Amino acid sequence: MNASKRTTTTGASGVTLRTGGLSLRLDVRSAVVGLLLLAVVLAMSVVLIGTGDFPMAPGDVLRSLAGNGTMAQDFIVHDLRLPRVLVGLLVGAALGLAGAVFQSISRNPLGSPDVIGFGQGSAAGALTVIVLFQGDPTEVAIGAICGGLLTGFGVYALAWRRGVHGYRLVLVGIGATAMLAAVNGYLLTKADLPDATRAVVWLTGSLNGRDWSQVWPLACVCAVLLPVILGQARGLRMLEMGDDSAYALGVRVERTRLVLMFAGVLLTASATAAAGPVAFVALVAPQLARRLTHSAGPNLLPSAWMGAALLVTADWSAQRAFGADQLPVGALTGMLGGAYLLWLLVTERKAGRI
Amino acid sequence: MTERVRADAERGTDGMDGKSDQGYSEKDTGQTVASSTNTSSSNSTDATTDTTTDRQRLTAEGLTLAYDRRTVAEDLSVTIPDHSFTVIVGPNACGKSTLLRALSRMLKPTAGSVLLDGEAIGSLPAKKVARTLGLLPQSSIAPDGITVADLVARGRYPHQGLLRQWSETDERIVQESMASTGVAELGDRYVDELSGGQRQRVWIAMAIAQQTPLLLLDEPTTYLDIQHQIDVLDLCAQLHEEQGRTLVAVLHDLNHAARYATHLIAMRGGEVVAEGAPEDIVTAELVERVFGLRCQVIDDPETGTPLVIPAARRSRKPAAAETANTETADTEAASTEAAEPLAAAATES
Repeated sequence: MNASKRTTTTGASGVTLRTGGLSLRLDVRSAVVGLLLLAVVLAMSVVLIGTGDFPMAPGDVLRSLAGNGTMAQDFIVHDLRLPRVLVGLLVGAALGLAGAVFQSISRNPLGSPDVIGFGQGSAAGALTVIVLFQGDPTEVAIGAICGGLLTGFGVYALAWRRGVHGYRLVLVGIGATAMLAAVNGYLLTKADLPDATRAVVWLTGSLNGRDWSQVWPLACVCAVLLPVILGQARGLRMLEMGDDSAYALGVRVERTRLVLMFAGVLLTASATAAAGPVAFVALVAPQLARRLTHSAGPNLLPSAWMGAALLVTADWSAQRAFGADQLPVGALTGMLGGAYLLWLLVTERKAGRI
Repeated sequence: MTERVRADAERGTDGMDGKSDQGYSEKDTGQTVASSTNTSSSNSTDATTDTTTDRQRLTAEGLTLAYDRRTVAEDLSVTIPDHSFTVIVGPNACGKSTLLRALSRMLKPTAGSVLLDGEAIGSLPAKKVARTLGLLPQSSIAPDGITVADLVARGRYPHQGLLRQWSETDERIVQESMASTGVAELGDRYVDELSGGQRQRVWIAMAIAQQTPLLLLDEPTTYLDIQHQIDVLDLCAQLHEEQGRTLVAVLHDLNHAARYATHLIAMRGGEVVAEGAPEDIVTAELVERVFGLRCQVIDDPETGTPLVIPAARRSRKPAAAETANTETADTEAASTEAAEPLAAAATES
């Protein structure tokens, strides 16, 4: 009697494309949300490129991007603002993606890289280079990546006990954050004034003065890791049901998790190396994406687009409200993200999960 | 090798095979009835293949099972008869769940091996095993905001790939699984909103959608009220009878086990104490040996299967003292010694 209804409900949300033995599945709502977010990202990027001491209309920006601008416009767009916006986009996307991966692995919204110490780890690496070795920006970036990776391995090793479990990962991570924050504080007090100033600017997370030398390495890392992560996405969805269920369904649990964690740590560290520890994007983006897509699972791509959208929007707001280069973008995301974190803690407590 | 042959020969003579054969002939008639009442009837294709091989599909030989350094069982050998509904019973911490974890490759044995179709289960590709052997774990987590249909659909994972994400077969089997567990009309509901009984049915539907000829269930009735316990067990019996699947379940309730199992394995202290058809092995002596409980065993007035009635408190107390006196001190000491580390292991896991 309700056979027709059953056909529509089974397999739930999504359309399926089938040809021969192939079948691809698409969650319509997630796809639409993804496309809308992508449109927002592109629109905000154009607006952001037009924003600054020398304002440009979106039409002029597009003309210049297409290669038909005046020389002055071309210089401003291609050499000054485009790399900055690209760094913002890539950092946002990388953090959003890494956040989605870690929140899914830890099965906990708090298990995102900035909460469990990877941001602080990268910061410790960068500060070490700035304060102890007075290194140049490239060395600082390398220091940040090393710091992030070391922290990642440390947290994984300490949290590992017959597999990594959500709570232990979050708790160990919070412990690591506290310790690394103390190390960073110590390094700052040891620094002389110019180094300390440079360190503090770096620590807040800023897109000021980013150029093509930050864009390319980050773009390469993203280009390699995105397919790796998407390739493991189906296993990651199964992992959300618990290790036993995932095993029963034929997922190689520990291997999948290790690959994903490594990719996530590397993404976070690279993003941090390019723009400093931009706070809370990794925490907020996957949660907002999930609320838009209404879809269970890690929502990897929507989270990445959401991260990019958040970061360029935050950068634009910071410039609009406080003038160009006044307020680093990390300060703004920190304020907004902090408020969100408080809200999250309160609702999680109500839901009995903390 | 020789041991296995002997074990098979024994099974051939002890009446077990005759019983399960009977189960099959009944199955056919049962199926026609079932199909007229609309349940999914014809998806047992790969489940009913290979019935007549000598070797059973799932066996364990000389297992030593341990968590970290606490050994739960040593030199444990078990054979799961094909197309049986095997139930493992035993007191807490006797290693029954551990055995199930080993059979489903969740736990790597420190010695010995679990063989699936004659090959060590750990050496087989994970997805291949997952197409043959399913497990309903004791604790599964429903991801936030997942619908029933989506969750059941995840059972198709081992049959899917990057370019084969959702075939028509997947869709049909998910529908059938939901229909046969009675959750078809819940398809759009969120799993978080369901009652405990409904949720367990959804998890079973997911395990069914995996379409494995062998299905292992770890305490599927725990935390359910009596009606839902019977519900779940009926469902298991139906899977076993109508689709010819081999089921292995760990159950706490001895009477449920005796009523539903075609093959019973009784464990104590990491050892198999007895195995066989419930009618043949469930006796007052066995219950006392396995659970340390004095009881009577009578015929279940509904089904004729053994029904265990624990002795009244008044008659049990002096009796317990009596047995303590009469039994030799060393066996008593040995059994408590064995039980203690096991209890520790159980609380740990």
